[in-house]
Amino acid sequence: MRAELKNFQHEQYYFKLRLGFTAFVVLALFSVLAARFFYLQIKQHDHYQTLAENNRISLVPIVPNRGLIIDKNGVVLAHNFFVYTLEITPSKIDDFEATISEIKKLVEISPLDRKRYNKLREESRNFESVPIRTHLNEVEAAKFAVNHYRFPGVEIKSRLFRHYPLGKLGAHVVGYIGRINDKDLIGLEKSGSLSNYKGSDHVGKSGIEQFYESYLHGTTGFQQVEIDADGRAVRVLSSTAPVPGNNIVLSIDSKMQEIAETAFGEHRGALVAIDPKTGSVLAYVSQPTFDPNLFVDGIDVENWKALNDSLDKPLINRPIRGIYPPGSTFKPFVAMAGLENGKRTPPFSISDAGFFTLANSAHRYRDWKPGGHGMVDMQRAITISCDTFFYGLALELGIDKLTDFVRHFGFGEKSGIDIQGEIGGLLPTPEWKMRRYKQPWYQGETVITGIGQGYTLVTPMQLAQATAILANDGVAMKPHLVTQIQKAMTGEMQVISAEVQDKIALNPENIAIVKRGMIDVTLPGGTAASVGANAAYAIAAKTGTAQVIGIKQNEKYNASSINERHRDHALFIAYAPADDPKIALAVIVENGGHGGSAGGPIARKVMDYYLLGKLPEVEAVKLETKAVAKPLGAIGTATTDGTAVLGATIGGATRGKNAAKPVIIPEEELHD
Amino acid sequence: MISKLLQHLSKHIDPFLMTCLFFTLALGLVVLYSASGQNLSRVYGQGINIVVALSFMWAAANIAPNQLERVALPLYTLGVLLLIGVALFGSVSHGARRWLSLGFTQIQPSEIMRIAMPMMLAWYFSKREGKPAVTDFAVGGLLLIVPVALIMKQPDLGTAILVSASGFYILFLAGLSWKFLLGGFVAFAASTPILWSMLHDYQRRRIEILLDPTQDPLGAGYHTIQAIIAVGSGGIAGKGWLKGTQAQLDFLPERSTDFIFAVFGEEFGLLGNLLLLLLFSLIIMRGLVIASQAQSTFSRLLAGSITLTFFTYAFVNMGMVSGILPVVGVPLPLISYGGTSMVMLCIGFGILMSIQTHKKLVAT
Repeated sequence: MRAELKNFQHEQYYFKLRLGFTAFVVLALFSVLAARFFYLQIKQHDHYQTLAENNRISLVPIVPNRGLIIDKNGVVLAHNFFVYTLEITPSKIDDFEATISEIKKLVEISPLDRKRYNKLREESRNFESVPIRTHLNEVEAAKFAVNHYRFPGVEIKSRLFRHYPLGKLGAHVVGYIGRINDKDLIGLEKSGSLSNYKGSDHVGKSGIEQFYESYLHGTTGFQQVEIDADGRAVRVLSSTAPVPGNNIVLSIDSKMQEIAETAFGEHRGALVAIDPKTGSVLAYVSQPTFDPNLFVDGIDVENWKALNDSLDKPLINRPIRGIYPPGSTFKPFVAMAGLENGKRTPPFSISDAGFFTLANSAHRYRDWKPGGHGMVDMQRAITISCDTFFYGLALELGIDKLTDFVRHFGFGEKSGIDIQGEIGGLLPTPEWKMRRYKQPWYQGETVITGIGQGYTLVTPMQLAQATAILANDGVAMKPHLVTQIQKAMTGEMQVISAEVQDKIALNPENIAIVKRGMIDVTLPGGTAASVGANAAYAIAAKTGTAQVIGIKQNEKYNASSINERHRDHALFIAYAPADDPKIALAVIVENGGHGGSAGGPIARKVMDYYLLGKLPEVEAVKLETKAVAKPLGAIGTATTDGTAVLGATIGGATRGKNAAKPVIIPEEELHD
Repeated sequence: MISKLLQHLSKHIDPFLMTCLFFTLALGLVVLYSASGQNLSRVYGQGINIVVALSFMWAAANIAPNQLERVALPLYTLGVLLLIGVALFGSVSHGARRWLSLGFTQIQPSEIMRIAMPMMLAWYFSKREGKPAVTDFAVGGLLLIVPVALIMKQPDLGTAILVSASGFYILFLAGLSWKFLLGGFVAFAASTPILWSMLHDYQRRRIEILLDPTQDPLGAGYHTIQAIIAVGSGGIAGKGWLKGTQAQLDFLPERSTDFIFAVFGEEFGLLGNLLLLLLFSLIIMRGLVIASQAQSTFSRLLAGSITLTFFTYAFVNMGMVSGILPVVGVPLPLISYGGTSMVMLCIGFGILMSIQTHKKLVAT
């Protein structure tokens, strides 16, 4: 019994010992937990606090309204509106075809939609939703919304769409926006504005939309939202409102733009009209044009091919990217060079027999008028566009003096207009020729430069600007399309003031001689007398013709027998009123023939409207006799990025012996 | 009259333990309201669970330990037979074979083992005269391993751990020699590769993810990462009741059951966690005191095992939520939503109370 009791006490002692040990272990392990809590909740608290915040807070960008583009009279050229789009997030879709065929039962999806979708998908950023259908109507949107649950990864969105209400009108000025692609992203990153494009799908791709992108886009707002584990927004924590983009007011009058574009009829070409005193661009035509609305939500393949492959090259911005030999429109500037360099003084005149020859050469540089003009002085040489007079003048000046002088009028340089992609044309020099062709400069090339033939290439913009500088007596105003930038929130207007680019020191007497010659051009006896007929104001002008193909020596140029696209380009420059110039312009009608008859009427309509408010009479589009033969091929080339070398096929070909050798000047040679 | 009735009813209730349980259960309901997304019906449901569990506790407290001793062997035998039944005829759900259909209802026999296992082993060792021999521990070990193996096979790692822990505590308290413990530990370490190969893929994955939760942040590691973020972001005083962003915005998985402690830690912070540790410690210490004062071998072994099993629950759950233990399906005792676990725990507490309050009767 005692032993049993002792045994019992012994057992109890051991039990308590073990129990004590477990109590110790319990407290030790709980201390480990407490230490772990201390570590997580005190030491690492900031870290986990941040992680928790990142978990729950998401920044949702609020895309600002893009600024409007309006013309000088308040006519809207670009605005925004909301439309329903049906969008697919490719990464969330398993079977694309199955999904599409199911969606088709609810909402119509055309093959065109699918093509556009495929194109957009290639361009779009990863994990972005891509529109499969745009412009859903209310019924379609409602139909899909009811069935939304069946289509994970497909959703209806309301997107702000850009719309160009005037369509084709002034498309090359206004430009268009398009979806942001990888190239745009790199550009945005370089300019440091990428963060402002979170949530933006579009960026300006051309024209004003591109050049004034930073003004038009606005500042993206942000909403701090609390999200749950599924990424759904639960509530808004804070919000920074977006700042809408600025409205851009153009110096263009859309009515005048319409008159100018209509005046071209079926012809290709370009027109730039400038207020010589301010540099404001009044009209900016590139014909044919295109509908910028096609580009906004991604152009489909058919339309793209039609535009890009067209022989008429509607996508090329001719005023700044089309280059043409200036032809006789170059003469007033050569004349200024001769007068200012003292090579010609007023009494000087020549007796024109209809051709010019270099010493020791039998080659005849022919005048456009067989048999010549008889006695011709400087003023008359401009009026009647005497080639022989300018052959001799150019030779006497020499190529260096000639180009050095006319460069002041903006030839061979970019005009600095507020549209991207301008190219600088070409003013040839012996150094340039050696670099380019590894050949010396020939005297004959100087001779033909005097009448705007040869290597010289200008853009319509340059020609218009040179005319404006001349009209403004040598004071060059910086050309610009935008006159005002309006803050959308306050309505506050920032006026873009006229800016003097350069002042050419010119003798007023010399200016008067050239101007007098140009005024006489539109008077009876001048090369564009019909243009000045019944005008209520005096017009100073110059006609020009630029060859597309070379004409062999002793061969006669016969417009009706030549393929339409091989016909000469018609050029026409003018300013008016002649005594107080308010408008200066340059017109180029591709394959239009003679400058006075093809370009003149277009210029007259524009000037009549601008100066008198006169609308042109409605007339049936008068087509010139069309060539029977089909075009042989495109004149000029177009590279994929829309660069054009139009009418540059003249190259070395002249009315001289080395004719009929089309040369295409590579772009890098064009002071681009 | 009423006070006499109350006095009669509470005759076998331990006031200290009851007070601690009361506060812990109340805290549990408060957290559950938040964790369930302010779902009152969930809280009512848990309230009913508690009422049922407390009834079982009361009933268990009123059964004298010597009567319990008598049902130990039959209960254990029934439990093992049912486990075998599960292995042969059990119904599969979520990839595990845990339930046995009795025609009118389904039961989970592994739950029975939570009580039957410590009772059986306590009964077995109370029947050995004097200091238990090595063979006794061998038999005890066998009694432990067979049902645990069956539960592991289902597979139900959480329950297997708890059942084996409850059995192991009996062996330890019965005086299993330190040499054996050490030897066992070495043997366990040596057999780890074999055990590893026996584990199911998802169990292995859990252990792998425990070692490096970032391996699979959106999959298996998601639970642990989100739970640690919740606890860590709680700070000293927590984000406040109903204000835990991790909990309220659905970032925490299973947040009213196994991961409820993450909600608790996020909303009440370090201070809340320490309060909970204190409550658990008080319950455990009370249980150990009851065990030390128990008058029969059966009672003290059983009381010790029940108390330490409760500790195991709490430690494993909080350890897994705070990322120091692998994610095994062990709920936070008295706090997590769920009826079965609540009832089993309270039966255990009832037994503790029975052991404490029937003491004098045994002595006289």
